[in-house]
Amino acid sequence: MTENHTDTGAQIELIDVVKRYPGQENAAVDDLSLTVPAGETVMFVGPSGCGKTTSLKMINRLIEPTSGQILIDGEDVTTKDATELRRSIGYVIQGGGLMPHMTVAENIGLVPGLLKWEKRRTRDRADELLDMVGLDPSTYRDRYPRELSGGQQQRVGVARGLAADPPVILMDEPFGAVDPITRQRLQDELMNIQAELHKTIVCVTHDIDEAIKLGDRILILKQGGRIAQYDTPEQILSAPSDDFAADFVGSGSKLKQLSLLRVRDLELVRPVTCRVGEDVDEVVARAEEAGEQSVIILDERDRPLEWVFLRTLRRHSTVTDPERELHTVVDHRSTLADALDSMLVSSHGGAMVTEGGRYIGVISYDTVTEHIRSAQNGES
Amino acid sequence: MGRLAAADREDRLLLIGLPILIGVVLIGWIIWRAVADLDDIEARLLTPASVLELTWQHLVIVAVCTVIVVGTAVPMGILLTRGPTRKLSPPIMGLANAGQAAPVIGVIVLLALLLGFGFWVAVLSLTIYAFLPVLANTITGLKGVDRSLVEAARGMGMSDMQVLFRIELPMAVPVILTGVRTALVLLAGAGAFAAFIDAGGLGELIQTGIVMFRYSVLVSGAILVALLALAVEWVGRLVEVYTKPKGLS
Repeated sequence: MTENHTDTGAQIELIDVVKRYPGQENAAVDDLSLTVPAGETVMFVGPSGCGKTTSLKMINRLIEPTSGQILIDGEDVTTKDATELRRSIGYVIQGGGLMPHMTVAENIGLVPGLLKWEKRRTRDRADELLDMVGLDPSTYRDRYPRELSGGQQQRVGVARGLAADPPVILMDEPFGAVDPITRQRLQDELMNIQAELHKTIVCVTHDIDEAIKLGDRILILKQGGRIAQYDTPEQILSAPSDDFAADFVGSGSKLKQLSLLRVRDLELVRPVTCRVGEDVDEVVARAEEAGEQSVIILDERDRPLEWVFLRTLRRHSTVTDPERELHTVVDHRSTLADALDSMLVSSHGGAMVTEGGRYIGVISYDTVTEHIRSAQNGES
Repeated sequence: MGRLAAADREDRLLLIGLPILIGVVLIGWIIWRAVADLDDIEARLLTPASVLELTWQHLVIVAVCTVIVVGTAVPMGILLTRGPTRKLSPPIMGLANAGQAAPVIGVIVLLALLLGFGFWVAVLSLTIYAFLPVLANTITGLKGVDRSLVEAARGMGMSDMQVLFRIELPMAVPVILTGVRTALVLLAGAGAFAAFIDAGGLGELIQTGIVMFRYSVLVSGAILVALLALAVEWVGRLVEVYTKPKGLS
């Protein structure tokens, strides 16, 4: 964030790239040509064995291409020293890939250390990144990976990939090892980070929904690394190039289009809110005047704490902090598909929406269904 | 003693129990030595000065062998887990196995006949004997490192050397040290055979005891060798517990 020139991504170009393993008749990747525009997120998807991971690993030369050229910012990576090259490319793998004998801060500081940054700068950078991925530095910097949950380890893995502020970041099924709720949060956070940093991200996934959600473009690969389709998620959903692409995207593409819309694209409603410590009678009066059955409790920093029915609220004389984990909160950048997911566990027919952690309103189930209905009518 | 509290039950039991056992037996032997009715030869062989001298010689043999074993078996284990030298792994493992399987007394005597008597021949035979556990554990420890972590390290731009010294070896340390401890205990016990080729050590008490029909001397030698082996085991475990990289469970 200090040096602007390294802040944004670099263009990646693959030109006639071939990977052939000795003793195998068919090439693992056969003549792949592709341009990843600077600052975009491109998702590689395809059936297993299609060469998506091989293609990814050829970019940082963990796998050496048999022939062809790979250019980053116009420079051929095969002419560079492989070790030097990899220090300038972020690498994030499934589960985080954290070194178990190093603390969180040491893990994040690995690449800066290799680049011989000053200790102090490395340490400050680790703190900054922990903050960015939503982990409190003072709590987590000195912990060891086994003391973290799977989701936290993956967050640290992402932070480590960003550590030296590389223009290009490669991700190999980054969120494949965490549970669905955590995965959704991590995806949201990654989108927030990317909205700020504009890195060039190449990400392999087997999850087409993740590809639709995160990708500016999606590359669908067939066996042998041949391109079935390379396009924006909108185009891939509405106009798959062939049966293979259509099959891969699968049925329910109407539903999948919900992954293209963000919560902020729809109108939010604003039910009555209150703060911890307020007099319950006053709050109830305010809610009843507005004709509502429930209110949203906020903390002193405007973060939503709970969405409660008035009858629950009446159990106390002042509003108390419920101290429960909330599952019905979505970020304003979340997709409608994720928001719907959250709404399903809500008893209020909606989900609370936050922007940078602060409450900004509620997206209701009715708003979403209304939107789907009108979109369908518009199409047919 | 945070480290001790974090150690597993077996380690804790032995780390606390072994010194007690060693202390009790040693004090028992010292009391016996003080009050027993010994003849001239026994008394001369079992003076504190002579026992300490032999113990020291024994320890020197064990220490020199350990340094040589660790200094050769660990690098060999590293070589055998990477690159073109990997193919040599089966024959070398076979040799190491043979080295341990052959009776030490036979190897010592054979080598002494070939190379002559003395300290260094004893060290050579014992080194051959104790080579296997360190080699095998180095290979096992290095192979046990998660391949995806090695690839992650390479993917971040670590050179092969950096991956070896900063990722693979630290994570393999616990397994390698278990091998070193095994070797140490083998050496402390088998070190008694060094006396047969005039290389000194507590084995001399045993040998002299046999030759001169002084069973008190023979048993004293056996007890002291056993205590030394137990003490070495204790030190080995202590080192293991305290050098295990934090963060490894």
